[in-house]
Amino acid sequence: MTDLNSKIPAGPLEKKWDEHKAHLKLVNPANKRKHTVIVVGTGLAGASAAASLGEMGYKVLSFCFQDSPRRAHSIAAQGGINAAKNYQNDGDSVYRLFYDTIKGGDFRAREANVYRLAQVSVNIIDQCVAQGVPFGREYSGTLANRSFGGAQVSRTFYARGQTGQQLLLGAYQALMKQVSAGTVVHHSRREMLELVVVDGRARGIVTRNLVTGKIESHVADAVVLCTGGYGNTFYLSTNAKGCNASAIWRAHRKGAFFANPCYTQIHPTCIPKSGEYQSKLTLMSESLRNDGRVWVPKKKGDHRPPNEIPEDERDYYLERVYPSFGNLAPRDVSSRQAKYACDEGRGVGPGGLGVYLDFGDGIKRLGKKVIDERYGNLFEMYERITGDDPHVVPMRIYPAVHYTMGGLWVDYNLMSSIPGLFVGGEANFSDHGANRLGASALMQGLADGYFVLPFTVSDYLASGGYAKVDTNHAAVKDAEREVQGRLDKFLAINGKNSVDHFHRALGEIMWEDCGMARSKESLTRALEQIPKLQEQFWSDLRVTGAGADLNQELEKAGRVADFFELAQLLCYDALKREESCGGHFRVEHQTPDGEAKRNDAEFAYVAAWEWKGADETPELHKEPLVYENIQLATRSYK
Amino acid sequence: MRLTLEIWRQKNGSDPGRFVTYEVEANEHMSFLEMLDVLNQGLIAKGEEPVAFDNDCREGICGMCGFLIDGQAHGPNHPGTVCQLHMRFFHDGQKLRLEPWRAAAFPIVKDLVVNRSALDRIIAAGGYNSVRTGSAPEANAILINKNDSDQAMEAAACIGCGACVAACPNAAAALFTGAKITQLSLLPQGQPERYIRVINMAGQHESEGFGHCTSIGECQAVCPAGIKIEVIARMNKDFIRASLKRRETTPPATISKSGSPYA
Repeated sequence: MTDLNSKIPAGPLEKKWDEHKAHLKLVNPANKRKHTVIVVGTGLAGASAAASLGEMGYKVLSFCFQDSPRRAHSIAAQGGINAAKNYQNDGDSVYRLFYDTIKGGDFRAREANVYRLAQVSVNIIDQCVAQGVPFGREYSGTLANRSFGGAQVSRTFYARGQTGQQLLLGAYQALMKQVSAGTVVHHSRREMLELVVVDGRARGIVTRNLVTGKIESHVADAVVLCTGGYGNTFYLSTNAKGCNASAIWRAHRKGAFFANPCYTQIHPTCIPKSGEYQSKLTLMSESLRNDGRVWVPKKKGDHRPPNEIPEDERDYYLERVYPSFGNLAPRDVSSRQAKYACDEGRGVGPGGLGVYLDFGDGIKRLGKKVIDERYGNLFEMYERITGDDPHVVPMRIYPAVHYTMGGLWVDYNLMSSIPGLFVGGEANFSDHGANRLGASALMQGLADGYFVLPFTVSDYLASGGYAKVDTNHAAVKDAEREVQGRLDKFLAINGKNSVDHFHRALGEIMWEDCGMARSKESLTRALEQIPKLQEQFWSDLRVTGAGADLNQELEKAGRVADFFELAQLLCYDALKREESCGGHFRVEHQTPDGEAKRNDAEFAYVAAWEWKGADETPELHKEPLVYENIQLATRSYK
Repeated sequence: MRLTLEIWRQKNGSDPGRFVTYEVEANEHMSFLEMLDVLNQGLIAKGEEPVAFDNDCREGICGMCGFLIDGQAHGPNHPGTVCQLHMRFFHDGQKLRLEPWRAAAFPIVKDLVVNRSALDRIIAAGGYNSVRTGSAPEANAILINKNDSDQAMEAAACIGCGACVAACPNAAAALFTGAKITQLSLLPQGQPERYIRVINMAGQHESEGFGHCTSIGECQAVCPAGIKIEVIARMNKDFIRASLKRRETTPPATISKSGSPYA
């Protein structure tokens, strides 16, 4: 077991980052243009990092698989972004945001990282406003705030229901400005398929040009991965169709440790699956639970239309089980209760996989006008998809995979266990512990990209110590050969079943056995079934078309092949974490009333896994979580 | 329901392309793209190449999807993208024709997929406020009238899908360009670069081969984000003022397509 050095600076919590930053090495302005930095992914973290590094004078190569950097899935975030501005004079502070985030993560995140996140949150808002992000405002002209789950203050900044879109476009525009200035060279429709490691350092990537099929190599002095999470391992999720884990998984196979893969977030309010053809799930904002009441019929298999079920035959289970938080119980807790109700046979809609979110009482109490002011756009969206009007018929909702807190292990500088490989945003594991609070993902992506990576990458570049590398280097050629070999293999299998067939089957196993409730039995079963399915994938896959062309089936094949490997690590990590915390719920570890039971004595650590080979058990490296400033406590919502 | 689809198939940029007819079995709960997934799974089973179409978030916000259904950008249900269009808007036995965005500035990549990087270059030409990371003043230091802020938000809602170009008989990207110019010109932070921005973005728009706006209004009719044609009026107003202000200076710098990484 190698020593996992998180490089958390010494000193008091509130001074760690400033002190550390003051001592990071700098690169002379004339030397900056001699350094090349690769940034993969153009979401909030990637676009902001690439723009900032380019602006500092480095030569930046930026990559995304979509047709434009503006498409990254950060764009779909609805609710908002947290910042400790205390504009509402409601007692907010950096410390309070820090504490809420640590507690929301069920005490499984690093203190120092989360404190830094809370500190720079205020700079993010300043930066975005200067860029022209049209945040919601009061009539007085000042910025408006709303409240969000897991906090007692109003600290969430928003741009209608499109906060992610507006923040991403701000970062994208900053990126395009650097493209125009010539410091960033951007490559769209390129997918990273391999990491190049030379002398133990990350020195480049191999990409496939998705239009021409050409395998291309790019070398640099440092590589930054901001490639998002791995929620699509479950096939159905709220992620975009193209979201994938190949970049981080390829890096993992080259030596980057993968931390806490079992921490996955399942969001309680999504539109349920309507049939076998379902391609993705759509989130309905958490805010709906402010005025909507969640219920299922008391009787099993009650197929009457919802409005014909009388009041006394309805079970408002969240209000019943959690009288003090009621319908506003946190995401992980609400999701699990919905599952319990459906498992008992009381679910509604096709397949019994749904619960009602009813606005009848809300409309009676507040009137249709007020409800429409609050949720009009969400009601329209729901009606557009389902054809039902939520004013008249209760919404049907069901939990869905939404976000992954785990990711590549990074130290305080956001550098992975491979020197020169940095990881930002959802792709790393660092700030959300075992559960992410609403409006914190946007904050973390931009904190990493604007305010952390530019300094820590500079420090690494200034430290030097690496030789010149070009694309003729043996390590580059080896990586290219590996990539080409894999692509050829997919095309040569010539089996019977499509990529989607296997991906859907993998997703079903993951959802059933490693979803909202996990047990030793279910995880062991998943770990037996996945390799079997994986074997079929490699022997019975059909990828049509050729490699020298836009070939969406070939793209998907590579992503799903990596999901198969990641899924096994995810289940293995879940099996080994013998406790329940945040999004990870082990049925063996619960309180008598069905709540998550942490085991701080044995599991207050980050599980960082090292790849040992395709048929080998991964090796566990533990980073103990040391809390110097807060007391570990039990979350209760009763 | 059973549908007959005439779909534009084109192997790559140099293939002339043609319509090919397919039959597909769908149901009213599917989204339009899920119906195409079903068609594609059937094609793969037969060993044929599936129809290529761009898509990503399937929530109507990323702007990646889009094609013409019977000549209408994003199909018959407006406002909304094709990924948010559901099959209950169609009936059994219907015949539909699917083709990619048609515009000289959007070369066809394959089937229904086009290259929209011209839109990125228009943004690169000036669609931003130049502000160094970390140098921004306190966010509440500049108050902004709520009305202006709300109008800026309405313009900023553009998803960059290119439907406005596809619908315009002149293949103009004026709605797209005007939306960004309007957003930034309504905000105090956008003032310093207001006039250089409009000159450079309009110049890039022209050099990309988009046509001119002749106020037909088709763009507004198909825009999935509800962008109003008034953003074009605002752009034109700023352009005229900018032209007067800049009479003596050099013509705008444009970003070349050949030297671009998107080539």
